[in-house]
Amino acid sequence: MTTSNDGQPATVGEGSRLPSTAGLELRDVEKRYPGQRDAAITSLSIEVPAGEVCVLVGPSGSGKTTAMRLINRMIPLSGGDILIGGRSILASSPTELRRQIGYVIQQVGLFPHQTVNQNIATVPKLLGWERRRIAARVRELLELIGLDPREVGERYPSQLSGGQQQRVGVARALAADPPLMLMDEPFGAIDPITRSRLQDELLRLQRQVRKTIVFVTHDIDEAIKIGDRIAVLREGGRLAQYATPPELLMNPADAFVAEFVGADRALKRLGLATLADVELPAPNGDRQSDPPLPLSATIKDALSAVLAAGGTPLSVVDEHGKVVGLATLELIGGLFAQRGAASGSGDSGPGSLGKLAP
Amino acid sequence: MSPIPLAAAGPVIPSFGNPNAYACERANRLFCWGWVSKNWSTVLWPALRQHVALTVIAVGVGFAIATTLALLAYRYRRVEQPVIVVTTIFYTIPSLALFELLVGVPGLGLSRTTAEVALVSYTLLIIFRNTLTGFRDVPAEVREAASGMGMTARQVLLRVELPMALPAIIAGLRIATVSTIALATIAALICDQGLGVPILSAISDSVFKTELIAAGGMAVALAIAADGLLVGVQRLLTPWARRHAR
Repeated sequence: MTTSNDGQPATVGEGSRLPSTAGLELRDVEKRYPGQRDAAITSLSIEVPAGEVCVLVGPSGSGKTTAMRLINRMIPLSGGDILIGGRSILASSPTELRRQIGYVIQQVGLFPHQTVNQNIATVPKLLGWERRRIAARVRELLELIGLDPREVGERYPSQLSGGQQQRVGVARALAADPPLMLMDEPFGAIDPITRSRLQDELLRLQRQVRKTIVFVTHDIDEAIKIGDRIAVLREGGRLAQYATPPELLMNPADAFVAEFVGADRALKRLGLATLADVELPAPNGDRQSDPPLPLSATIKDALSAVLAAGGTPLSVVDEHGKVVGLATLELIGGLFAQRGAASGSGDSGPGSLGKLAP
Repeated sequence: MSPIPLAAAGPVIPSFGNPNAYACERANRLFCWGWVSKNWSTVLWPALRQHVALTVIAVGVGFAIATTLALLAYRYRRVEQPVIVVTTIFYTIPSLALFELLVGVPGLGLSRTTAEVALVSYTLLIIFRNTLTGFRDVPAEVREAASGMGMTARQVLLRVELPMALPAIIAGLRIATVSTIALATIAALICDQGLGVPILSAISDSVFKTELIAAGGMAVALAIAADGLLVGVQRLLTPWARRHAR
C-alpha cells in the first residue's frame, strides 16, 4: 500500500500521472455567467505550494465556492487557467481530472445505498484497482480517520452520527491518494464542539498526509485555525488579500479585510500561538495557582484565564503537572511590543512570537 | 299465458339434476369446494395461469415504456408534461369503454393483444410518476458528490440514481401490478383469457356463485401474492432502505 506519511511524498501507484501531493496555481481565472453583467470571479490568481492548506474565505456572494468548483471543472472556466502540479486542468477530461482530486462537500453526499466500505471505495473502483488493494486501502483509511473498520465498515451512512459521516466523507476523498483536496465548508453543518474536534482531526490528518488542500469557509476563525494561507475574497470573486494568518491579522490590506477579520484581530493573533511558544517568567516558588494553565493553552485562552482570575499571574504546568512558569498580563501585553522591537533583526529570542509573526 | 317462457332454456345451476353433482352444487350453496376441486385443472388453474401471463406481460411492457419515458423526462424536463397528460387520459378512460374502443381499431379486434394494449395503457401513469419522482428525489448533494468524484453521467445514473430510486420504482410497480390483476378480469370480455372467464360465465349464465367466488378469490390472492413478492424483491435489492438512523 502506498501512502504518504509525515511529509514523505508517496506515489498513488501505477498508472497515476500525479504525485501524492502537488502545487496548485490559479492564473487570472475568470468566471462569467451568460446574461449576468458582473463576473462571478474576476482575474483571480492564487498560488498554493504543495502540501499547504489554502483557505478561501469571504462573505456570501464572494464566489469562494465557485472558485473551488472551477478547480475540478464542476463549473467550466471562462478565462485564465488552473494548474495542478504544473499541468493544466484542461489537459484531461473532467471525469479523469476529478478522479485525481479529493472532493468533500458540506452535506457530505455519502451514498445512502452503499456501506461505509463501498462509499470509501468509490474512486479506487472507478480507477479499476483490484479488490484486495481496495479493501486494504479502505481499512487503512478508516483507521486513519479514527473509526474501527470492523465496527463501521458494513454500516450504512444513516447509521452514523454527523461527525462520523463527515469523517467518512474525508476518507472517501482521500481514497485514491489524490494530490489535491477540495473541501467546501465541510464542517459548516456540524455543531460547534464536534466542528472544533473535526478541525483538530483534519490538522492532525494533514500532518500525516500532506495534501494540498483548498478549503472554503465563511468562518474567519476556522480559516485562521486551518489555513497555512488565507485568500480573502470580496464580491465579484476579487482577491482582497492573500496572506498567512498572522500577516492577515496584523496587516489587513484594506478596510474590507480589516472588517472581515474583525475588530478583535489582535486577540485572534493570540489564538495562533500557545504558551509553549513563548518564554515564560520563572515561577515564584512552587506554589500553584488554581487552576493552573497547561503549556498547550493558546495565549488567547491564557489571557482569558488571567483576566478571569482578576489579573493575578497563573502558574503554567507541563504535561507532567510540573510548574514551568507564569502567565502574566505583562507577559501577554508585551508580546506585540517585543515583536515590534525585534522586527528587522530576525531575532527569535525570548518573548518573540514566531507563530504570530507574518 | 305468455307464449314465450320466462325462464331460460338451459339449466340455471350447471349440474342441476345431474346425479354426479355434489350435494352442495345441487343445493346451490354459496360456496362449493367439490365444484372447485372438480374444475380446478380444467377451468381455474388454466385461467390463473393466463391471468398471470396477462399481468406479467402488461406490467413488463408498461414498465419498459414508462421507465424509458421517465428517464427522458428526467433528462429533458419538457417531456414530462405531455407524458403526464397522455397517460392520465389513458388512466381515466373507463376500462370497459377502452376495451370496446380498442376492439374497433384495425388489426386489434377481439384478441389478447387488444387486452394487453389496454392493460399496458393503465400502468403507464403510475410507473412513470413513481419512477420520475424516485429519480428526482435523489438528493442534489449525492449527485454532486458522485460527479465530483469523477463518475460519468452514465455511472451516476446506474450506480447512484437508479439504486436510490428503486424503492419508489418498486412502489409504483406494486400499485401497477395489483391494479392490473384486478383490471385483467375485464379482459375476458374481448379475449377468452384469465380469471375473468369463469367470473363472466358465472355472471352471465348462472345463479351458482361458486365459480365467481373462486375466481374472484383467486384474483385477490394473486394480487396479494404478487405484492408480497415485490416487497420481498425490494427488501433484497434495497437493504439500506430498511436500516434506520441510530
